[in-house]
Amino acid sequence: MKMSDSAIVATGIGKTFNGNTDNAVVALDGIDLTVEPGEFVSLIGPSGCGKSTMLRVFGDLISPTEGTVEVFGKSAAQARLDRDYGMAFQKAGLFDWRKVSANIELPLELAGWSKDRRSYRSAEMLSLVKLQEFADHYPWQLSGGMQQRVAIARALSFEPKLLLMDEPFGALDEMTREHMQVELLRIYEQLGTTVVFVTHSIPEAAFLSDRVVVLSPRPGRIHSIIDVDLGKRDENTRESAEFFAMTTEVREALRSVEAMS
Amino acid sequence: MTAVARLGRSLPTRDGVRRSLRGAVAGLVALAGVVAVWEGYKWMGGHTDDHWPGTSFGLPVRTNDLVMPHANEIWGSLWDPVQRGRSQTLAGFLFQSARFTFSEAALGFVIGTIIGLALAVLMLRFSTAERGLMPWINISQTVPLIALAPIIVTWGRGTALSDTQAVSIIATYLTFFPVAVNALQGLQSPDQADLELMRSYASPWRHTLWKLRVPAARPYLFPAFKLAATLSVVGAIVGEISAGVKGGLGRAVLNFATIYSTGPEKLYASVLAAALLGLFVFALVSIVERFVDRNQIHNSNGSSGAGA
Ligand SMILES: Nc1ncnc2c1ncn2[C@@H]1O[C@H](COP(=O)(O)OP(=O)(O)O)[C@@H](O)[C@H]1O
Ligand SMILES: [Mg+2]
Repeated sequence: MKMSDSAIVATGIGKTFNGNTDNAVVALDGIDLTVEPGEFVSLIGPSGCGKSTMLRVFGDLISPTEGTVEVFGKSAAQARLDRDYGMAFQKAGLFDWRKVSANIELPLELAGWSKDRRSYRSAEMLSLVKLQEFADHYPWQLSGGMQQRVAIARALSFEPKLLLMDEPFGALDEMTREHMQVELLRIYEQLGTTVVFVTHSIPEAAFLSDRVVVLSPRPGRIHSIIDVDLGKRDENTRESAEFFAMTTEVREALRSVEAMS
Repeated sequence: MTAVARLGRSLPTRDGVRRSLRGAVAGLVALAGVVAVWEGYKWMGGHTDDHWPGTSFGLPVRTNDLVMPHANEIWGSLWDPVQRGRSQTLAGFLFQSARFTFSEAALGFVIGTIIGLALAVLMLRFSTAERGLMPWINISQTVPLIALAPIIVTWGRGTALSDTQAVSIIATYLTFFPVAVNALQGLQSPDQADLELMRSYASPWRHTLWKLRVPAARPYLFPAFKLAATLSVVGAIVGEISAGVKGGLGRAVLNFATIYSTGPEKLYASVLAAALLGLFVFALVSIVERFVDRNQIHNSNGSSGAGA
């Protein structure tokens, strides 16, 4: 059946915080979204429009008040228990008391991998994010961009089928950020995972995505979905006419969202 | 309670050797300061007939040699026989007494720490336990130890417990509290984001405890252990006095207080010994802390990382 082939099928998702109280917030309303395996989908929209909430519902960190989420044909809760998710947030969230390699091995430990397999994999992941020499460093000895690469290596170490990222490059300077975007695409293409990526950066969404989902706030709804096809991307892509056209399209969608609210 | 809760906020600096040197120097300076104030006050009283200079206001403490023996006399008495006709020196006697008290305090510390940690984990796991237990844990420390100690000793006599074991229980009573309160705070210290990360890995509760909460609690635990260690000595001494247990510093203080008029310096020496024992257990915990943390040299030299 078509449904269970999809990575995510969200149907009629609604999320109300503090329901039945005076400060109830309708964060999401009537969200229908399907993400296909191998797709890179960005969520963009003004701050507070429910991007993080949507990602957290997909990842079973919170449950929706309405609607259902199916992930690879299972409930989101089952997908989480099956360790289908890799997650990365704006804050790298590395554990200070663990060396870089041990941070990457954390999910592997929890999944019961043997010591040998773990260290083999963490070495592999470190070379994937080009931080081989930093295996024995502590997180606080690394720059923000390097920490974020470790966090991505950790999120991918156990080959999760679905990568959920919430503004992972939000705290980085522009040059580092662009560099990280290229790295992420390289890894994504190499591993063939599915990615849902929250951002509030128009060029970032346009550069990375197969599809950009534009959200409107209060309550969070899907305003429009923009297909992007920039083909193989590298640093030159950012100066191409196609890229310029895509950012313009996303920007105009966001402007009409702002005009509505 | 608030003082205890606040302890956890100070992250230990881990500059081992330099810190212990600084501690030793600070200790010597403090000791010299106490001696200087003691002798200065005594000298002043001797010249003003125990009045504040130029006034008719009497000094709060008289300065004669019976009330305030000279510091060098206290020091000197350490090397005299503890009792006429005995070969053991006062220093030797106090050392022996301190060892006795130490063993009671150490048992109390270990049991109290285990109970404190167990309570913290229980309260972490079941929020109903936290709501139900926390008030009692707080109330427990408002009961004056002096009132409680004889009760514990009396109960102990009704069971198979020896009086020295009852003393250890009194030490336990003081010890478990800072450990329980600070450990709970430390176990609850991880960010929501860290907890969600563990959730995304489908981490069972016990793994989240061991791999996230316990390591995150470490900076909260050692300050509590240090406080608990010194409190265990206080508990043991008070317990010895209440239970009339022979052989420890409590009994030494009591004995020397009764023969005060013939040897005031001995009382001061035994109080000094009690203070030193407190410092000693504090130092022991600090050494263990340094040992545990030796691979965890924290920031401040984070220059080895390059740009991204
Ligand atoms: N735990 C929560 N409790 C109450 N309100 C929340 C909570 N989390 C998010 N919200 C509210 O839901 C709305 C959407 O938040 P969020 O998903 O974080 O937006 P975004 O990530 O797009 O900036 C906001 O109005 C926010 O205040
Ligand atoms: Mg957000």
